[in-house]
Amino acid sequence: MTATTHDTHDAHHHGPPPGFFKRWLFTTNHKDLGVLYMLFGLLMFFVGGAMAMVIRAELFQPGLNLVDPHFFNQMTTMHALVMIFGAVMPAFTGLANWLIPVQIGAPDMALPRINNWAFWLLPAGFVLLLATLFLPGGAPAGGWTMYPPLVLQLGDSFPFLIFAVHILGISSIMGSINIVATILNMRAPGMTLMKMPLFVWAWLITAFLIVAVMPVLAGAVTMLLTDQYFGTSFFSAAGGGDPVMFQHIFWFFGHPEVYILILPAFGIVSAIIPTFARKPLFGYSSMVYATASIAFLSFIVWGHHMFTVGMPLAGQLFFMYATMLVAVPTGVKIFNWMATMWQGSMTFETPMLFSIAFVLLFTIGGLSGVMLALAPVDLQYHDTYFVVAHFHYVLVTGAVFSIMAAVYFWLPKWTGNMYDEKLGKWHFWLSTITVNVLFFPQHFLGLAGMPRRIPDYAVQFAEFNMISSIGGFAFGLSQLLFVYIIVKCVRGGEKATSEVWEGARGLEWTLPSPAPYHTFETPPVVK
Amino acid sequence: MNQNKLTRLFVASVAMLVMLFSAGVAAESDWRRPWGVNLPQGVTSLSEVSYSMHMLTFWIVTVIGIVVFAGVFFSVWKFRKSQGAKPATWHHSTAVEIVWTAVPFLILLGIAIPATQAMIKMEDTSGYEMTVKVTGYQWMWEYEYLDEDIQFFSRLDRDSDRARQRNPEIRPRDVEHYLLNVDNPLVVPVNTKIRFLLTANDVIHSWWVPELGWKKDTIPGFINEAWAEIREPGTYRGQCAELCGRDHGFMPIVVVAKTQEDYELWVAEQQEDANGEVAADDEDLSDMGMDELMAIGEGVYGNQCMACHQAGGEGMGDMFPALVGSEKVLGDRDEYKSILIDGVSGTSMQSFANLSNQELAGVLTYVRNAWGNDEDGEVVFQPADVDAAR
Amino acid sequence: MSSHSKDAYFVPEDSRWPVFGVPGMVLLAAGFSIYLNGGSSGMPMMIVGAIITLMMTVMWFRDVIIEDVTGKYNAQVDMSYRQGMAWFIFSEVMFFAAFFGALFYARVFSIPWLSGADPATSQFLWDSVSLAWPTAGPGFLDLDYTPMGAWALPTINTMILLTSGVTLTIAHHAMKHNDRRKIILGLAATVLLGAIFMSVQIYEYVHAYQDLNLRMDTGIYGSTFFMLTGFHGLHVTLGAIALFVILLRVMRGHFTAEKHFGFEAAAWYWHFVDVVWLILFVFVYVI
Ligand code: HEA
Ligand code: HEA
Ligand code: HEC
Ligand code: CUA
Ligand SMILES: [Cu+2]
Repeated sequence: MTATTHDTHDAHHHGPPPGFFKRWLFTTNHKDLGVLYMLFGLLMFFVGGAMAMVIRAELFQPGLNLVDPHFFNQMTTMHALVMIFGAVMPAFTGLANWLIPVQIGAPDMALPRINNWAFWLLPAGFVLLLATLFLPGGAPAGGWTMYPPLVLQLGDSFPFLIFAVHILGISSIMGSINIVATILNMRAPGMTLMKMPLFVWAWLITAFLIVAVMPVLAGAVTMLLTDQYFGTSFFSAAGGGDPVMFQHIFWFFGHPEVYILILPAFGIVSAIIPTFARKPLFGYSSMVYATASIAFLSFIVWGHHMFTVGMPLAGQLFFMYATMLVAVPTGVKIFNWMATMWQGSMTFETPMLFSIAFVLLFTIGGLSGVMLALAPVDLQYHDTYFVVAHFHYVLVTGAVFSIMAAVYFWLPKWTGNMYDEKLGKWHFWLSTITVNVLFFPQHFLGLAGMPRRIPDYAVQFAEFNMISSIGGFAFGLSQLLFVYIIVKCVRGGEKATSEVWEGARGLEWTLPSPAPYHTFETPPVVK
Repeated sequence: MNQNKLTRLFVASVAMLVMLFSAGVAAESDWRRPWGVNLPQGVTSLSEVSYSMHMLTFWIVTVIGIVVFAGVFFSVWKFRKSQGAKPATWHHSTAVEIVWTAVPFLILLGIAIPATQAMIKMEDTSGYEMTVKVTGYQWMWEYEYLDEDIQFFSRLDRDSDRARQRNPEIRPRDVEHYLLNVDNPLVVPVNTKIRFLLTANDVIHSWWVPELGWKKDTIPGFINEAWAEIREPGTYRGQCAELCGRDHGFMPIVVVAKTQEDYELWVAEQQEDANGEVAADDEDLSDMGMDELMAIGEGVYGNQCMACHQAGGEGMGDMFPALVGSEKVLGDRDEYKSILIDGVSGTSMQSFANLSNQELAGVLTYVRNAWGNDEDGEVVFQPADVDAAR
Repeated sequence: MSSHSKDAYFVPEDSRWPVFGVPGMVLLAAGFSIYLNGGSSGMPMMIVGAIITLMMTVMWFRDVIIEDVTGKYNAQVDMSYRQGMAWFIFSEVMFFAAFFGALFYARVFSIPWLSGADPATSQFLWDSVSLAWPTAGPGFLDLDYTPMGAWALPTINTMILLTSGVTLTIAHHAMKHNDRRKIILGLAATVLLGAIFMSVQIYEYVHAYQDLNLRMDTGIYGSTFFMLTGFHGLHVTLGAIALFVILLRVMRGHFTAEKHFGFEAAAWYWHFVDVVWLILFVFVYVI
């Protein structure tokens, strides 16, 4: 049989393989795997969110009310690990899997079997990690940053933590290699690099970051393991090492990691805003260069997490300057989105609402980031709730909001049905209002002196903590609506057209909704 | 609600948050009180520096934030399809892109210059007049006055400690300075450039008193330096600011700044105490009943020991030995007493000599008899035994 | 699959190996953890896990080889594999970078700080001892050990590994000219040299432990020495196994002068291991 266009499939070859297990366990199809990734991310969002609810409940008022401090520390640590490695990264990877081949006109991902493996390693890693909750000494409790010597006190959960990180690392490296190979090698004829949708560009750069830094994290935790069990002295002064050395290696990974958590978001928003503004994205090429600059700078700013460790002055100044520079390309992106909206013809469907909220609230998080970047004042901000507020603005109203925008935006393409717009708007407004009640007061708490990672606090912090907790519960409950909307949309609803949105541009919108199981087996020609 | 109203509601709520923040700052709300929203101005020249840098950047980013919010809201209000807006088709302009690359860059340059100066000042520990060595332990601080031969430990005060238990006897709100008070504060003179040498014994901690204007990590095996010159006599409170395990939230810092004369009095007092060993208090050394000792001991154990040795005395990993069946506990009485009174040097098992004789007798008895440690029969420690061993 | 035309991009319809192998990896990791925690069930779990993981690898590669030999891979698939391998090697480079970074940090920062460059640290915590590389750190001053010399065996070993790079290149040229005998000779020589290299490394380790009292717990020097050479050795072993498999495939006639990516992938890997060694030799042994 010669290759055919997508509307003349023969049934045997072009449907999913028969049988539930055969389809979902063994699949190499990028759309199936994309769905699996996203469902896994959603599940983990709830697991990590449930842990956050424990945190907020304990902090609801002063005193140790619900949990033991050791368990509290387990919750913060696991919350962060689950949210970062289990919710946000897999959700983005799922979007990449589903969207990149259809956006560049490829029949599938470049390495479909690797794709399947990369996905299944995720549940494997989390089985190891979450199982530690049931060990005698409990789960890891040393913070997601795993600083020695504290992390070496963990007891039984320690090796599980290390190997879980290894496995999650292999998963994301494999997933990313696949994405890079797909983007560089699988583009349809005529799809030059500078014609690619920005989501694809963002992921190309993100995947590069992942391949570059996840192995460094793997090396760092390997050194922890050998320090604990094989007598090495990487992080102990007596043997000539330095506990701070771990922090350098960790943040060499950790800072690029936070951009791994935001660059795909930039890509998503760059797809949604032009669609609903009905106007082409402003400054496409400067968007690409800005993304690349952010990625480049991300390798030389790690020290801004370490202003209090006693680095030499020159080091502190270098990291301060480099960090401040990141604001410039990021600003370019913000201003380009604003310019895209300017003189557009906007409508405000749920994806657009989330994207606008993203632009505004991410900016709040970014601006507090610039404050943190200033070494002399970070000595006050560091390890307080001001930092917690900063990173939840960029992570929750940044990364998570962008994921929600993406889900609403592409859900009709995935399911063939429109989601319930009215409920979507409710979800948006509830989320946006409650998330600010949740995180905005944390700026005040931090400035007024509340350290992070504490299960109990001085009574002067009671009021804002209570507000924050109420916001947290409300935000958590609002997310139940999100699940309901998705389920409802999967089960039925108004049929979606291929274009779905009036202003939609790009290859994926030329496909029918829902998109067939195999697409672009004959590459489209892009002019 | 229609779209317009919703949007206005959103604008209003964001504006309110911004106003709340600004109003709080304007009112210079006291950071130590409920509803405090801002950094303290502090009592040292460094805190002044960090405070003014903070306010400077705060206002700059607030203005930038307002520009971004205003721009987006204006577009949302003006260029909406429902108002009949027709989309333009332009999508590029090198000129404006250069502007919005260059302007932020220049703004940042403007911030970077004072920040650099501030940083240089902070790192300059030269010309100090006295030195205090600070050592972090799980979960207390040790202070050594290198010029005065004074040394002591500083822990969470007893009231906070009682209030922070699950189902406490007193409520946190009834404790003055809940979690921000210690048994032995660091006492220092005002108007003196003090050099701090910071290190830790077990894991990383971070020594932070907001009113001094900085925090510095204490790294085991290394010494970090910092300095402060306090202007006003007073009591300044802070907390450990680096996750250091179970009781990270419960190792506060209190600095009492005294005038030079008062400080000298204090120093003299301390040195006297040190010579007279443990203050010869007229504590009751009479024998106590087993039940009474066990009850006291259980309380002390819960407050002081459980964090490390765990509720059932089972210890934690390799770090903290089990007390159940421990040879040290079951073995020689004097050695056992000395572990508590003198501590085990080089480990986080510190001296608990600051406890009263009754409390020490209680906890010694408790540990010796609890969890089946009394298999070979009841063993009792009396306050007089403890006093003799001091 | 038969329905694919020759120029369509090959997408395997499904694959059971990942789902088969992943539980093996969980067992391996959990077993190792339990073993390290002192549990007796750890070791058997590890072994079972390792066997399953190994089976996954073998079966998976078997599928790939069959597909390759039966001509399912067009030029574009070939390119995907190239990309994949290149980025994989890049990730390995970054893994080594973490350990080189640790070595660099210890030598340039922590050791000097501990021995006087940071006066307070040295004076108050470490009795102002002075340390010079190689060192086991200020806490192990009375440790009696001899650092590993650079010039005898390690130099010879360097030559061996470099030579293996040459023999591999000879094999590659032969591949391009379809000279089977020469390919096999070149490859066999490479694998053999790799094996000799590893034997010398093992001898060196035994020597270090038995005669020099240089061990993994000999402070930061022992730590960096054994971790860097150890992970390198592990990679040499993997590379040699890969080349050996390629050798078998050559003997079966799997490759042609035009199409032999399997060979090239293994060769790239080998050269990567080679280059890491050179850097390692300079920074761990010589300087
Ligand atoms: C998605 C994740 C994400 C993102 C995108 C960022 C973005 C930034 N972050 Fe953040 N950060 C985190 C996640 C993230 N961060 C996390 C998780 C931590 C804590 C880790 C831990 O300790 O557990 C952290 C901690 C952290 C610290 C350490 C604080 C401390 O512990 O003491 C610092 C310090 O410099 C910092 C700075 C910045 C800066 C300068 C940016 C910049 O990229 C922001 C750039 C954006 C803007 C500036 C806004 C838009 C720009 C304009 C409108 C142009 C004009 C602006 C100016 C001229 C100012 N971050
Ligand atoms: C992508 C990353 C991500 C995301 C999405 C979140 C989401 C949230 N985070 Fe978290 N957080 C981190 C990354 C993230 N966080 C990191 C890196 C840290 C630092 C950890 C460390 O110090 O090591 C941290 C730490 C952290 C702290 C500080 C802990 C401490 O220092 O002691 C707090 C406290 O409020 C917090 C709260 C929350 C809340 C309320 C949410 C909410 O947005 C969650 C909302 C979601 C749900 C609630 C789930 C859905 C709903 C249900 C399960 C239904 C049931 C609902 C109810 C019962 C109400 N997080
Ligand atoms: C900050 C942690 C910490 C606290 C609090 C603590 N200990 Fe310890 N304890 C240790 C460590 C660590 C050791 C091991 C010392 C060593 O290496 O010999 C130890 C050892 C001991 C031993 C010797 C046990 C053995 O088998 O070696 C006894 C007895 C003991 N502690 C009793 C107590 C009592 C009673 C209290 C409370 C009044 C207490 N500890 C509080 C950390 C702590
Ligand atoms: Cu000590 Cu936190
Ligand atoms: Cu960072």
